[in-house]
Amino acid sequence: MACLLEGPLRISVLSEVTATSRHYVDRLFDPDPQKVLQGVIDMKNAVIGNNKQKANLIVLGAVPRLLYLLQQSSSSDMLRTECAVVLGSLAMGTENNIKSLVDCHIIPALLQGLLSPNVSFIEACLRCLRTVFISPVTPVQLLYSDLTVIPHFICLLSQSLHTQEYITQIFSHCCKTPDHQTVLFNHGAIQNIAPLLNSSSPKVRMQALKCFSVLAYENTQVSMTLVNVLVDGEPLTQVFVRMMQRDKPIEMQLTAAKCLTYMCRAGAIRTDDSSIVLKTLPCLVRMCSKDRLLEERVEGAETLAFLVEPDVDLQRIASVTDHLLAMLADYFKYPSSVSTIADIKRLDHDLKHAHELRQAAFRLYASLGSNDEDIRKKITETENMMDRIVSGLSESSIKVRLAAVRCLHSLSRSVQQLRTSFHDHAVWKPLMKLLQNAPDEVLIMASSTLCNLLLEFSPSKEPILESGVIELLCSLTQSDSPALRVNGIWALMNMAFQADQKVKMEIVRSLGTDHLFRLLSDPDPNVLMKTLGLLRNLLSTRPHIDQLMGSHGKQIMQAVTLILEGEHSIEVKDQTLCILANIADGNTAKELIMTNDDMLQKIKYYMGHSHVKLQLAATFCISNLIWNEEDGSQERQDKLREMGFVDILHKLSQATDPNLCDRAKTAMQQYLA
Amino acid sequence: MAFALGAGSPLLGDPALNYQEHELNERLKRLYPAVNEEETPLPRSWSPKDKYSYIGLSQNNLRVHYKGHGKNHKDAASVRATHPIPAACGIYYFEVKIVSKGRDGYMGIGLSAQGVNMNRLPGWDKHSYGYHGDDGHSFCSSGTGQPYGPTFTTGDVIGCCVNLINNTCFYTKNGHSLGVAFTDLPPNLYPTVGLQTPGEIVDANFGQQPFVFDIEDYMSEWRAKIHSMIARFPIGERLGEWQAVLQNMVSSYLVHHGYCATATAFARATETIIQEDPNSIKNRQRIQKLVLAGRVGEAIDATQQLYPGLLEHNPNLLFMLKCRQFVEMVNGTDSEVRCFSVRSPKSQDSYPGSPSPSPRHGANNPHLHSTGADSPTCSNGVTPPNKTKTHSKYPSISSASSSSSSSPSSVNYSESNSTDSTKSQPHSGTSNQETRCVTICRLTRPSTWCVSTACHFTTVKLSVPCVFCSDSEMEIEAEHYSNGVAENSSSRIMNGTYKHQEILQVDDNSLVESCASKQFCGGNQAATERMIQFGRELQALNEQLCRQYGKNTMHKKMLQDAFSLLAYSDPWDCPMGQQLDPMQRESICSALNSAILESQNLPKQPPLMLALGQATECVQLMARVRSGSCSFARVDNFLH
Repeated sequence: MACLLEGPLRISVLSEVTATSRHYVDRLFDPDPQKVLQGVIDMKNAVIGNNKQKANLIVLGAVPRLLYLLQQSSSSDMLRTECAVVLGSLAMGTENNIKSLVDCHIIPALLQGLLSPNVSFIEACLRCLRTVFISPVTPVQLLYSDLTVIPHFICLLSQSLHTQEYITQIFSHCCKTPDHQTVLFNHGAIQNIAPLLNSSSPKVRMQALKCFSVLAYENTQVSMTLVNVLVDGEPLTQVFVRMMQRDKPIEMQLTAAKCLTYMCRAGAIRTDDSSIVLKTLPCLVRMCSKDRLLEERVEGAETLAFLVEPDVDLQRIASVTDHLLAMLADYFKYPSSVSTIADIKRLDHDLKHAHELRQAAFRLYASLGSNDEDIRKKITETENMMDRIVSGLSESSIKVRLAAVRCLHSLSRSVQQLRTSFHDHAVWKPLMKLLQNAPDEVLIMASSTLCNLLLEFSPSKEPILESGVIELLCSLTQSDSPALRVNGIWALMNMAFQADQKVKMEIVRSLGTDHLFRLLSDPDPNVLMKTLGLLRNLLSTRPHIDQLMGSHGKQIMQAVTLILEGEHSIEVKDQTLCILANIADGNTAKELIMTNDDMLQKIKYYMGHSHVKLQLAATFCISNLIWNEEDGSQERQDKLREMGFVDILHKLSQATDPNLCDRAKTAMQQYLA
Repeated sequence: MAFALGAGSPLLGDPALNYQEHELNERLKRLYPAVNEEETPLPRSWSPKDKYSYIGLSQNNLRVHYKGHGKNHKDAASVRATHPIPAACGIYYFEVKIVSKGRDGYMGIGLSAQGVNMNRLPGWDKHSYGYHGDDGHSFCSSGTGQPYGPTFTTGDVIGCCVNLINNTCFYTKNGHSLGVAFTDLPPNLYPTVGLQTPGEIVDANFGQQPFVFDIEDYMSEWRAKIHSMIARFPIGERLGEWQAVLQNMVSSYLVHHGYCATATAFARATETIIQEDPNSIKNRQRIQKLVLAGRVGEAIDATQQLYPGLLEHNPNLLFMLKCRQFVEMVNGTDSEVRCFSVRSPKSQDSYPGSPSPSPRHGANNPHLHSTGADSPTCSNGVTPPNKTKTHSKYPSISSASSSSSSSPSSVNYSESNSTDSTKSQPHSGTSNQETRCVTICRLTRPSTWCVSTACHFTTVKLSVPCVFCSDSEMEIEAEHYSNGVAENSSSRIMNGTYKHQEILQVDDNSLVESCASKQFCGGNQAATERMIQFGRELQALNEQLCRQYGKNTMHKKMLQDAFSLLAYSDPWDCPMGQQLDPMQRESICSALNSAILESQNLPKQPPLMLALGQATECVQLMARVRSGSCSFARVDNFLH
């Protein structure tokens, strides 16, 4: 290596290298085409496996000349092919090489070359294109900018095993968005690539399979088409199942499992289909085992998390398959204690994958625990699980933090865990910290988890309150993201449930009435519902009602009127009527309704509504207003009688719905007493 | 295959059960091909003898029910299968369906060694292992269980898989693997179930039905693992030596069997030297050809002429040859009787063998290579289907073998032998086969040298295609034809080509005609007399040998067998008729070939066959020392 040499000597060596490199470039300009060809061939032999040489040639401007020769119609096929081969070789070097090549507009030139009738030239171009496109530095869009490229690629699939390998590899690397999927789909990629799954070449089989995994990912249209595709008379799903057999290469098993997972998630295959339950799921669990490479374990766990996410039966099966929960605990042991300084390579490898492994494990735990209480219990009982989540919440990697909070969220759906492990490990602390400053996706998960932690039976509720969470939640309700607004207001709603006056006033103060009423006109119905829920929780117990109505009565009544008049769902109206019923329960607050004839007319209207739920809520409201034992009940009864409520109650006491009937009768009794 | 089932016999009349029995045998054969059931029978049912009294068996000894009080753990009861799990299974699997969980569902499924107390659930005692339904715990020779898997109950199917390669065990529930339960298992465990409360009923599936869990998929993983382990076996520094060793093996194999032209071509291509003189190879080939054609007398003459002293020093071999000569006289094939024959004894000549037999590598005879004496039974050649075809090829054959410019009287032959098929069909022992099917081996890889490119033993392909012969028969695809000659012969795959017509100056009699009727010595009176005279000479030789070397029971038996043919009016259809089968010439032919080679100080067995025999033997030894990987390291898997 040059670095071992003394300074001056090194320079001379370098200049020598550059000199010889220049010689190669110079020969490309020879007037004799035969000599040019020989020059290109010599260059090819010189650059193979020599990154230094490749960089030199690029610096010396070999690329434009090679591209020129490649594009010249006067060049022989042989010369053009050799040029493409050299360019392909240059592309095999460093990422910088690729950048230089792309900057020299190599892609359009090579794509142009694909129109040649010469198959070996086409293969050389495709090979180079493949190398360029699979590099992360190449913009994928370059493949799609010319609309004729994809159809031509599809046509070239029939040319040779090599064209098949390169084209499928390009597709599988360059299909990154739903738009890409659609473009490929519309040009018949599925029908043309499917036969390649039975190709005689293992490489072609593998790349074709990868194409299907990227095409089917979160794509219903593709997935639905795939289930009906036959390959040599065999359904594609069966081909995939065959590719998951345990003696097949791991990469093939894993990719086939991905295809089936995506098809299943897109609804093309039922979750109880044996290809999923007995084949895909066990295959993915196997991919999580210690025997697999770290990359495979990451992909396996992520795919499995995706597969089981919506289906509790799959979650149950996965949770007992091959000790998966314990297997995942192993994901946290990297870098392992074995990988010490002595094995620096291993340590480096471990470190590189440690984050990925942890986030994959958290994600899978999150999926597994999202529905079943037993599984959640088993997860929290896995060695050091809660500690791992807690430390995961404050990891530097956002991916890990997000996955950890997802996992925590999944577990927080368990009443038992909220009461025990969550409290024992004070998970609210890192969670609160996470909420201070995090990207939206983390915030959504964290705030959603916080909602659960603020449920009234959660022992963490008190310490969280004391940590000044109200300000934070109020700020969330001002977010542009509807999900964050919902979570913020939801958490406040949970917090206000049976809270003491101080907390309630703090919420109202912090939120600000203006903002509160703005939330009542939020475009997201979920936000509206939770805000009404918050109001309802705030307006509970008589002193609280009177106090709040005393300070904000006017606005609240206005808001209620607005909602009752507006176009809203039954649930929203029901919630609003319940708020009104709470107001009617107040001592002084009652008057706000009694003096509002318009409101009374509305109540009357809803008592006669076709929906029982609303009738019930409205009747409850009236019942509160005419309740005996309270000051001024006589006047209110009289007034309401005049307005014809008694007749309505009479009618409702004949109602078929037993609840409504009872409620009406109870109200009637107030008059009789 | 022997029916190891005790209770199976009374039910033989039931077609459904026979069908199930058949299914079971088929499945077991497929799952555990390496198991030799004569040595180590597979479990097929629960043992009515090896159980606690609280256990009741029914349904062909597959259903187990509890018939005790079930008050407490002292009332637990177990039953073992009829046989322990043979190590040669590699991976063993059985399933148990919970028909009813009974009162409490205290069921245990697992394994135990012989002699473990049956008044217990599996797992509680030493050398006993179990997975229990009530708590889902695994019990590893201990009264306290470890959390292992889910609980199981009525309707569930629990599987138990023993991996005899790494001595672990895992269970399955309804087709899902639950992960390793036990490690470091001892050998010779029996499938075991235990029950403890009234009403508990379980059904076993030892292969009677398809399994819920895809065990074959699991096996395939281990097969691939073992194969890759073999393929990646480190050979370290000796990498370069392997090629030479392999080339030598191939070359010596070709030489041994007298494939002269192929051997020469191989030597030329690989730049190696053949140890034996090419003329010597041809001589041997010529002699073998004579023996295989049934012309033993000529073979003896040729041997005496070419290798003087050889037979004198091997009186046993000479006697064997003479006995065979007598048999061939009965057959009408030997030249001493043929010269009397009014018509060509063509029927007997259509022996479909190659000039030299090569051992068969079929699965049908696993002991084939273990001893040298009985190994070469499969022939390695093909008889051209009909005369026209032969004639059409004649010019090309002569050119192919032009190097061996033979004298008019000497045997001319083609060296175009070819791929030694390993897919040889099982030797069907059934008798009275009217026709013989001769399959001309398909020359699958006429242009590749499998062996010379292989870098070590595991990839050795025994196929030696005759790339160097320009013989047009190379193109022959697999085809079957019957020549309607030899009865009682078995169909088998031949390969290589054998132009016996050249030697035998075939007349135009059709095959069918020639075999229409068979008579002693071709039905010729003079020939019969010559035969009887020869018989006397043979008797005399035997007596002489007895005087010289003492009594030899083998000789006596051979002589008796040969002479007894005369006792039947139709020797071809008599209890001793087997001797007349041209296939019987192979062993004597091989013995003669080996003797000649030995006399030339060359190995009497080709090293390739020796290595093959050793490998086969080694794998069998592995089974006996309980190394489960033998199941997936079978020699057959590597013979393509």
